[in-house]
Amino acid sequence: MDRQLLIASTLCYLMALVRTLLAARARIALHGRFNFFAIGAGFLFQTAFLSVRGHALGRCPLTNLFEVFIFLAWSVALIYLMVGPTYRLSLMGAFTAPLVFALQTFALLAPIDVPHQTRLPANPWLEFHASVSMIAYGAFALACVAGVMYLVQERQLKTHQLHSIFYHLPPLTNLFAAITRLLWLGFALYSAGLISGFFTGGPLPRLKMICAFGVWLFYGAILQGRHLRWFAPKRVAALCVLAFSAAISVLWAINFVSQSRPL
Amino acid sequence: MNLFCVGISHHTAKVETRESYGARQSEEAFRAESGCTEALMLATCNRVEVYGCAEVSVATEQITRWLARGVAEPPGDASAFYRYEGEECVRHLFRVAAGLDSMVIGETDILGQVKRAYAAARESRSVGPLLHRLFQRAFRVAKQVRTRTDITRGAVSVGSVAVDLAVKIFGDLRDRRVLILGAGEASERTARALSSRGVTDIRVSNRSFERAESLAGLVRGRAISFQQWPVQCREIDILISSTAAGEPLLTRDILAPLIRERSDRPLFIIDIAVPRDVAPEVNEMDGVFLYDIDSLQSIADQSLALRRQHIAAGEEIIAEHVTDFRTWFGRANDEPAPASPRVLAEPALRPSEL
Repeated sequence: MDRQLLIASTLCYLMALVRTLLAARARIALHGRFNFFAIGAGFLFQTAFLSVRGHALGRCPLTNLFEVFIFLAWSVALIYLMVGPTYRLSLMGAFTAPLVFALQTFALLAPIDVPHQTRLPANPWLEFHASVSMIAYGAFALACVAGVMYLVQERQLKTHQLHSIFYHLPPLTNLFAAITRLLWLGFALYSAGLISGFFTGGPLPRLKMICAFGVWLFYGAILQGRHLRWFAPKRVAALCVLAFSAAISVLWAINFVSQSRPL
Repeated sequence: MNLFCVGISHHTAKVETRESYGARQSEEAFRAESGCTEALMLATCNRVEVYGCAEVSVATEQITRWLARGVAEPPGDASAFYRYEGEECVRHLFRVAAGLDSMVIGETDILGQVKRAYAAARESRSVGPLLHRLFQRAFRVAKQVRTRTDITRGAVSVGSVAVDLAVKIFGDLRDRRVLILGAGEASERTARALSSRGVTDIRVSNRSFERAESLAGLVRGRAISFQQWPVQCREIDILISSTAAGEPLLTRDILAPLIRERSDRPLFIIDIAVPRDVAPEVNEMDGVFLYDIDSLQSIADQSLALRRQHIAAGEEIIAEHVTDFRTWFGRANDEPAPASPRVLAEPALRPSEL
């Protein structure tokens, strides 16, 4: 039942992705509204999946890598739905849909939905720590998407080669403002997630802590560099892409070492 | 019922021929004389066209003679007129309204002109059910072509490219600060274009302070002494340069310390001077976007090429509507025709639609 909800959600994201590709191929104007509603529908199915799975587990559904991927995809969609319309970043949907689609397709196809032999006890601090950290990853993912959009636009402006996509991208300064706010949002949530990790009651795995602090320091350094104007906006955008790539690798590593102890 | 269009446009005749023809009399007079049941005249700087429907065929010569009436000069070459009937007439109007037949492909002024022509003909009760339906459909087609393709995307003149780029970099231009270096005509045009997009803080600097003051007055800005202009680079967002200097006024070495003192706001430099006022390597600096006259012209050309690529997509939309209209027209033709154009019950076009 819950996997069917997830398949329905993935199909919604696929629709947004296919429409973007068809529009790009036919050189037809991209309309953010369709993507917004497709992602909205996908988000509702994701929420329903997480709710069904959560009720079945009796706790926040973050007990294996499969659920981590779905929660991450849900967080990306959530932040997009909150941020996209606010900053009029309608095209961000065209960039977000493929990311969410890829995360969910991988989660559905890979043999990673392994249920635990024993029912895991509820631990509010642990669940808060894991879910808030995942939402922070969603914000970092969107900052990465906005960073890619910034770099594409900046490159075209510098080289004077303006392609069709250029006319659909939001203004450069608006994009940079969105990147900055997404970074702050993600950093605040990630910090809350890290702090709450100390209250989970169990022993703290050393490697997991090092990785998590590494990501925190990386984003903290970007924000500090941005605040002190060490980094030009272009560099901040590039660092957002790099940091998210590193963070997602770390997330994988954290889950790898946490196999014996679920999140 | 014959539906036709007779006209002359920039495709078929030069301006000296086109200016010999025009809609100098009302459509009502034309209807009375030609026997058309409905008629509409579309006259713009690039075309003069008559759309009509009649029980019997109206000769092209009769229409060209009527269009040439009241001109002091002898009419130009009448062979430049084209004629479309039935489905081709429908297709032609849809192409005209959508801007596919315009001199600058995708320009949107033409839709307003078609709407005004329709409103005027409706006022004089020259539009009946057929032309009403045809033109309403044309407005729909034009809107669809505009929204579903990129035919109107991108600016196609140097001034509008500069303004479009400024909007792409900064978004809202209202709080942006602009410095005009050199009080030439080109600077003035670009400054006026930016002013029309909401820029209020315009500073003008010129070797002759009087000329700077004069241009500042025209664009509601303020004059800055020529010695002071480099310092302004710390504050401004857009620099428009068009001096007659023989060597670059702004180089990387001059700009680097000034940029360091700026916050991370981008600096957009429009160098329309020949020879150039700004050294090309300035474009390599982070946050600086330099465009000279050639690069602006190249973007205008790219936009035009991009618009041309979208013609096929526009034609597809038009073809669907032509088929629809043909079906409706076929059915309408089977019904008994009204004796005279009916006064249509639909409300007149709102001013915002014109």
